[in-house]
Amino acid sequence: MTKIGVLGLQGAFREHIRSVEASGAEGIIVKRVEQLDELDGLIIPGGESTTMRRLIDKYNFLEPLREFGKQGKPIFGTCAGMILLASEIAGIDNVHLGLMDIKVERNAFGRQRESFETDLDIKGVAEGYNAVFIRAPYILEVGPEVDVLATHQDKIVLAQQGHLLACAFHPELTDDHRLTAHFVEMVEESRKSLAS
Amino acid sequence: MSKVGTDLVKRGMAEMQKGGVIMDVVNAEQAKIAEEAGAVAVMALERVPSDIRAAGGVARMADPTVTEEVLNAVSIPVMAKARIGHIVEARVLEAMGVDYIDESEVLTPADDIYHINKRDFTVPFVCGCRDLGEATRRIGEGASMLRTKGEPGTGNIVEAVNHIRKVQSQIRHLQSLAEDEVMVFAKENGAPFETLMQIREEGRLPVVNFAAGGVATPSDAALMMQLGADGVFVGSGIFKSDNPEKFARAIVEATTHYDDYKLIGELSKGLGTAMTGIEMSTLTAADRMADRSE
Repeated sequence: MTKIGVLGLQGAFREHIRSVEASGAEGIIVKRVEQLDELDGLIIPGGESTTMRRLIDKYNFLEPLREFGKQGKPIFGTCAGMILLASEIAGIDNVHLGLMDIKVERNAFGRQRESFETDLDIKGVAEGYNAVFIRAPYILEVGPEVDVLATHQDKIVLAQQGHLLACAFHPELTDDHRLTAHFVEMVEESRKSLAS
Repeated sequence: MSKVGTDLVKRGMAEMQKGGVIMDVVNAEQAKIAEEAGAVAVMALERVPSDIRAAGGVARMADPTVTEEVLNAVSIPVMAKARIGHIVEARVLEAMGVDYIDESEVLTPADDIYHINKRDFTVPFVCGCRDLGEATRRIGEGASMLRTKGEPGTGNIVEAVNHIRKVQSQIRHLQSLAEDEVMVFAKENGAPFETLMQIREEGRLPVVNFAAGGVATPSDAALMMQLGADGVFVGSGIFKSDNPEKFARAIVEATTHYDDYKLIGELSKGLGTAMTGIEMSTLTAADRMADRSE
């Protein structure tokens, strides 16, 4: 069975596990670096990106996570996870994993009172997808290799670059598992091609 | 169509805080220390609970200058406290852009009968609870997050432990009831029936439940996580300790790795003196903040 880890240092990781399992893969909460070896794909969940980065540093996750991505194993970053994946963050000099060729802005849609839910059309994946945005970031610019999969008010909120997927919203908070299922498919395909 | 202030959006905000620590701060400098240490949010206050306790008199919403200073200092979410039932204090905090309002018994209640109708607000609320009845009443009024009341500003974990145990054991009891027995449970506990049915079905509260009121050490934080809390509020514990930076980092790590005892042992070394703490039996009924509302 395909094994998908959810980085479980802080945030809504149990909901992601539920969504992964509803999509037919095995979900594993990842709290230690060694656990990365047994995985076919990884989800970096929403939470507070500052907090997660501190814990990533503390437990020496940064290099192993970069290595995981460079091996070609799929990673899905949601909200704070998208910020961790980005190669550039507006107004901040240092980036976190820097794996994906996107420039992001934190809390770009505003504070909590501006947080919202809306229906999105996701290219090739889903129409009328209920997306929940919480103090959400968005993508300001994408590199040539990046495919924009969804926008909201002309802002990029979902993008894919080969085996990397990043969204500004929270797919784990609803019972609509279509986007997670898309990621599970990405992982299954990568598993086949990495094995051959 | 985009919708703001829905249950999903308000409760979802609290979901993102899970496994984290929310720290009380009284100025920008403390807020930055908290953010740097890995807090998932800060609670902006004029005084921490132990100082409120010491000062006596009526405790109100903080001076907006303090809240604004904290809002401008950090990028993590900022919470602030309004008095129970004080609709206007809550509206002022909402207008300022505070991310979460704590309708809190730490402040002197403005209304000793009714809580705020939190469904009217776009900003989400967190409220205290001591048992499942109180928890579900607050959910009924629109609270998007709960916390144990504990006994604030005492540095004594005993009440927080009582409260989380009570809620958890009542959930287990509820699950053991036959459907036709739930209404009597609702009546006896003053709990809304439909919310109870949902909890019985899912085996958990429909909102995130943090621990609060007496967390003073990394082990206290880990204990509350083991008893089923989704995260921890630390009020007076951090900035009343000898070394707030170190203390704050230790509490954050102990909350993440609440079952790694070797690590918690390491974290607890040389932290200096924790806050002094108050024994419950020395508190008079009037001193008990947790009993200010139900």
